[in-house]
Amino acid sequence: MQSLSNKRKVVSDKPMTFMEKLYLPAIIGGMWITFKHLFRKNNTIKYPEEQRVFAPVYRGMHVLKRDEEGRENCTACGLCAVACPAEAITMVAGERKKGEEHLYREEKYAETYEINMLRCIFCGLCEEACPKEAVFLTDRIVPTEFERGTFIYGKDKLVEPVDSRIDITKRQHTGKRTEK
Amino acid sequence: MLLEKLILVVIIFGLSLVIAMYSTYFERKVAAWFQDRIGPDRAGPFGLLQPLADGVKMFLKEDFIPKHADKWLFIMGPGISMFTALITSTIIPWGPDLYMFGTNVVLQVADFNVGILFILGVLSVGVYGIMIGAWASNNKFSLFGAIRASSQMISYELAMGVSVITIVMMTGSLSLRDITESQHGFWNDGWFTWNVFSQPVCFLVFFICSLAELNRAPFDLSECESELIGGYHTEYGSMKLGFYLFAEYVSMFISSAIISILFFGGYSFPGMDSFSGNTLAILGVVALFAKIFFFIFVIMWIRWTLPRFRFDQLMHLGWKSLIPIALINLLVTGLVIAFKNGWFN
Repeated sequence: MQSLSNKRKVVSDKPMTFMEKLYLPAIIGGMWITFKHLFRKNNTIKYPEEQRVFAPVYRGMHVLKRDEEGRENCTACGLCAVACPAEAITMVAGERKKGEEHLYREEKYAETYEINMLRCIFCGLCEEACPKEAVFLTDRIVPTEFERGTFIYGKDKLVEPVDSRIDITKRQHTGKRTEK
Repeated sequence: MLLEKLILVVIIFGLSLVIAMYSTYFERKVAAWFQDRIGPDRAGPFGLLQPLADGVKMFLKEDFIPKHADKWLFIMGPGISMFTALITSTIIPWGPDLYMFGTNVVLQVADFNVGILFILGVLSVGVYGIMIGAWASNNKFSLFGAIRASSQMISYELAMGVSVITIVMMTGSLSLRDITESQHGFWNDGWFTWNVFSQPVCFLVFFICSLAELNRAPFDLSECESELIGGYHTEYGSMKLGFYLFAEYVSMFISSAIISILFFGGYSFPGMDSFSGNTLAILGVVALFAKIFFFIFVIMWIRWTLPRFRFDQLMHLGWKSLIPIALINLLVTGLVIAFKNGWFN
């Protein structure tokens, strides 16, 4: 059979020569290799003190964005939940009452919006599915918890605070899609 | 006299334990260096308190004895291992005599005239620690580990004994002190005095056999994690497991000491004749410990380089290679000694 990948190797079972049977040359060669590694620079990043620089498109913890006036973008359409391959997103839609116009951008909003961070595989499909520029993945890391229940993040953890916005302009899908 | 020996025993006992403790730390560091990592560095500066943390962890864990285990033998196993590991240090000559408080302090607990025989004897008892502990655990993996360990140790003891006989023939004494003294200095009569230069093959056989006796890589078949989930100490936990692991490091220290004494001149070092008295004694002790630490490092180096032998390869190497080589070497050495002494004239 012809090799298509050029990686094929012919395996032979030929008996060892006398030098190979001695083992010692091979052992000394191996020990020389490990010895050289003694002087090589290690690649360790000492995590808590030293942190790896994330790529701008890193997919970490989600954020639910607000618009310029501080109103939540999410309209609870459920496209992110449908897109999610891990079934990590659930939400309950609510209708905006009179006097809540400064809180929610459109008439429909998410009363609850939960992402199970244990189920989430951080694929970013929710981000791509979202038609309202509401959900984004950020370069923040989901911290460790002691209970399973606390990994289900509600709106309290996901919606960005009005006074400390989370910058997502460096990410792949930035700006309004309509402007593209 | 008794007090002097007692103090020496306590010092050596403490020293063996401290060195074994830091060997565990050093083993992890060496492994890290060979694998381009950093190794333990969290407990104290450079991770130097790591062995203490490990010890505390071992002590605080539940001291568990399996339901179907033989309780007394299960406790005895690690004890025997530790006992045999520590007791060999009694006959090691640590250095030339030290003159202190108006008396000559001999830096050796007991100078048996059958020293090296004593070591071989104690080493043979060492296999009981593993065998009994594993048998008492009532676990198939433990038993497999023990079978491997005992057959391996018995096979390699032969080649080891024969290579020791070669050295004994050259020295004419079984005492470790005499063997050290016969390698005094470094250069004499146009050739090195250390045995390794006149008996390189013998050294190689002895070194390989001591690796096998230590149950260390590449001969760690009795505890291979990938096949036997820990081998003879599968059922052990807490400080009993700690004793087994610790005994291995103590034996490593003692084995390195014995290799240094038999083949690398013990406490002798080049240019030792220009010193005398206490300076010589202290420098001698330093020289011996330098050699010991070097061999501990080499043993670790080998562990992190070589893969494990297969069991049939191990037996093949032991019975079909090392024993014949050791025997031929013994024969040749005997002939050379006979020629030199003119027994054929």
